[in-house]
Amino acid sequence: MWKWLHPYAKPERSYQLATTLLPWFAISSIFCLSIGVVWGLAFAPVDYQQGESYRIIFIHVPAATLSLSTYMAMATAALVGMVWQLKLADAAAAAIAPIGAVLTAVALVTGAAWGKPMWGTWWIWDARLTTQLILLFIYLGIIALHSSFEDKVLAGRAAGILTLVGVINIPIIKYSVEWWNTLHQGATISKLDKPSMDSAMLIPLLINILGFALMIGALTLIRFRNEVIARNAMRPWVKELVALENK
Amino acid sequence: MHFDSLSEFFAMGGYAFYVWLSYGVTFTLLIGLTVISIRQRRNLINEIRSKQLREQKLKEYRKGKE
Repeated sequence: MWKWLHPYAKPERSYQLATTLLPWFAISSIFCLSIGVVWGLAFAPVDYQQGESYRIIFIHVPAATLSLSTYMAMATAALVGMVWQLKLADAAAAAIAPIGAVLTAVALVTGAAWGKPMWGTWWIWDARLTTQLILLFIYLGIIALHSSFEDKVLAGRAAGILTLVGVINIPIIKYSVEWWNTLHQGATISKLDKPSMDSAMLIPLLINILGFALMIGALTLIRFRNEVIARNAMRPWVKELVALENK
Repeated sequence: MHFDSLSEFFAMGGYAFYVWLSYGVTFTLLIGLTVISIRQRRNLINEIRSKQLREQKLKEYRKGKE
């Protein structure tokens, strides 16, 4: 049943698939993000408690939620790489790490800029904020491990172990607002039966989450292609590719 | 449109600094990552090309010596 997947274990096939998918992800993410950002900034109604400052939500929530999803995607790739010794899975994990780090940084910065006017402080060492900061450090550690070894198999294994250990942090971040008393508010939109948000604000937020997800997909494809080329530099198909590329 | 005028839009009801700081930092980081990722490919291809040229020259040099 899953045999059709087998040819994609070949770097060349995976590279070609990434090339085919890339424009679709790129165009649809730009489309969603432009609609979502313009809608969120200029057309969504004002919040009755937070005023216009709440408009930070349209980038803060997508970046924060997807920083966790991105981590799980990277951990899945790392697990596949470790269990089945699939080099392409390690390449994918290495490609994803910097994207997750940027998302986490965005979530932290926008959170601070939202916290200052609403809570009165840029930063507080509470559960949600601290665990999210730890996530950033884990991402940076993984990036460092990937680039500290000349041997990519060894690098993949070292970074993979850290990645899998770091998974423990993900549920802690997600449930930190329930387990501990924190300034950070609880979940707003995941209660699908009864979201505590008006649809005039919820729809642009969901569009932006989709846009961010598609953008992460596009960036992953760009970086995955680079990783594959770098790891297969001596292969004939990469030599052909280099010869075809204009100077 | 929610705002009555463009200046009101930029003022963000008094929260201009925080809102535009957030959007500015986000935009800069994401565009930066995209540019770096795209440039990485150029650099890689140039690297591989120069390595190939070096190897080819080495081969020709060895041939000439024989």
